[in-house]
Amino acid sequence: MIRFENVTKVYDPNARPALDAVNLEIDRGEFTFLVGASGSGKSTFLRLILKEDRATSGSVYVAGQNVANISSWRVPKLRRGIGVVFQDFRLLPQKNVFANVAFAMQVIGKSRSIIRETVPEVLKTVGLEGKERRMPHELSGGEQQRVAIARAVVNRPGILLADEPTGNLDPITSMGIMGVLDKINQNGTTVVMATHDDDIVNEMRKRVVELRNGVVVRDEAKALYTSMIPVVGESRRLKDASGAELDRAQGGQQ
Amino acid sequence: MRLAFILGEIGSGLRRNLSMVISVVLVTFVSLTFVGAAGMLQMQINQMKGYWYDKVQVAIFLCNDSSTATGCASGAVTKEQRDNLAKMLESPAVKPYINDYQFESQAEAFKHFKEQFSNSPIVDSVTQDQLPASFRINMKNPEKYQIISETFSAQAGVETVSDQRQVLERIFEWMNGASVAAMVVAGVMIFCAVLLITTTIRLSAFSRRRETGIMRLVGASKTIIQLPFILEGVIAAVVGAVLASGTLWLVAQFWLNGDLSKQFLNTPFISSTQVLVIAPVLIALGGGLAGISSLLTLRRYLKV
Repeated sequence: MIRFENVTKVYDPNARPALDAVNLEIDRGEFTFLVGASGSGKSTFLRLILKEDRATSGSVYVAGQNVANISSWRVPKLRRGIGVVFQDFRLLPQKNVFANVAFAMQVIGKSRSIIRETVPEVLKTVGLEGKERRMPHELSGGEQQRVAIARAVVNRPGILLADEPTGNLDPITSMGIMGVLDKINQNGTTVVMATHDDDIVNEMRKRVVELRNGVVVRDEAKALYTSMIPVVGESRRLKDASGAELDRAQGGQQ
Repeated sequence: MRLAFILGEIGSGLRRNLSMVISVVLVTFVSLTFVGAAGMLQMQINQMKGYWYDKVQVAIFLCNDSSTATGCASGAVTKEQRDNLAKMLESPAVKPYINDYQFESQAEAFKHFKEQFSNSPIVDSVTQDQLPASFRINMKNPEKYQIISETFSAQAGVETVSDQRQVLERIFEWMNGASVAAMVVAGVMIFCAVLLITTTIRLSAFSRRRETGIMRLVGASKTIIQLPFILEGVIAAVVGAVLASGTLWLVAQFWLNGDLSKQFLNTPFISSTQVLVIAPVLIALGGGLAGISSLLTLRRYLKV
């Protein structure tokens, strides 16, 4: 579903790359956690999938298509196949719950009858039945995030990207959100979630991809937030590491 | 659905930015009024040039019953006097200076007069007898007007020799100057209008960046995202253009063809229907400028 082939992204030629020769494949229907410290390249990874940025070198494939070959007027079509959820919810404050979700359908030209039919269904999926008329400020953080998730999946995208969706929520609410994401994943949507939240990752036991300084240092199925096994990728990296940069970044392990 | 959505977005954009939208309307209104005024002046010049400016440079007016000039002591011009004048025009002393000449009878003069002043109430009060017959002379070199004037002024049957060009030219020069001045003012105002539209669209895009951000993420097309903003600018500018057209029409209807045409009975003024030709130009100009400047602004300030 998503494939990175030797992808490098450089924002500033004088600094280290945000992503450095990343190779990764995420299959259809998979649930993947993307973990790593701030600045490790998680957000860049997500942005490249959305074609918000271009890879400096290498290729990004989404649903079998090299995103570099998608012309700018067809980018919207790519994005219709990808739902996105953020840490800060990004709801429209002057619209109620129903209208916030319906907005995503209106702007791609869905008919009123389809919207009236689909939105309540999706709200039910995320557990917001009966709250259609509430305004965002009348909802708790967890509920707001559920609205954002509903909006992201209402057009039935094949991929759901979540950029620290539980970053603003307490642990119990976060688990509720994870339940929703898991449910969406069960329905066949590929989910990629960037997170710092170790409790959640440990609880879910899904695939974990760990980035450090733009490099994939761990890719483990049914894994924990911190690796139990000695870092295989890491030792290989150290062997061919030549720059002082790497030594500094990983000094603790030498 | 999509149309209703776009209309809704435009409506909310215009409401949220009302004061800026009003200023865009007013600035385009004023600037396009000046553009239109310059256009009207040019139309007026063309109207006045009418049929005589290019064809005729010098006219020898012949006596009619009411003439008082010394050459007209014997009353209206006779056939002999007229033939004599025609012979003189063919003579080697004059012939080299003129391209050709035409005789305009009183009947023809009346007909032309009626055509030319069709918008003026003076037509109703003029009869054929009051208008002089004339020789209309096309000079090889208009500067040599003096020769014709000296040769013919004292002839019997000639009321006066006039170089119409000189009189007209002074008026046209003045009017041209005025239309250039109007264009300069219009240019400055249009520049203001473009800057103002740019700022308005920028503010509008900024105040709705949440919406547009979400639209982008859920895969709304570029058109759906940008169109409401562009139409916002275009609508404001078109409203300004319509106001400008209306103002110019009122000026033509009630000032030119009202007060002024009563004061200057022998001047043909452009009609208010002629002004309506300018209106589509102004609307297209206003809409086009607003569209282009909004589009360029969005390209910079609204990521799609």
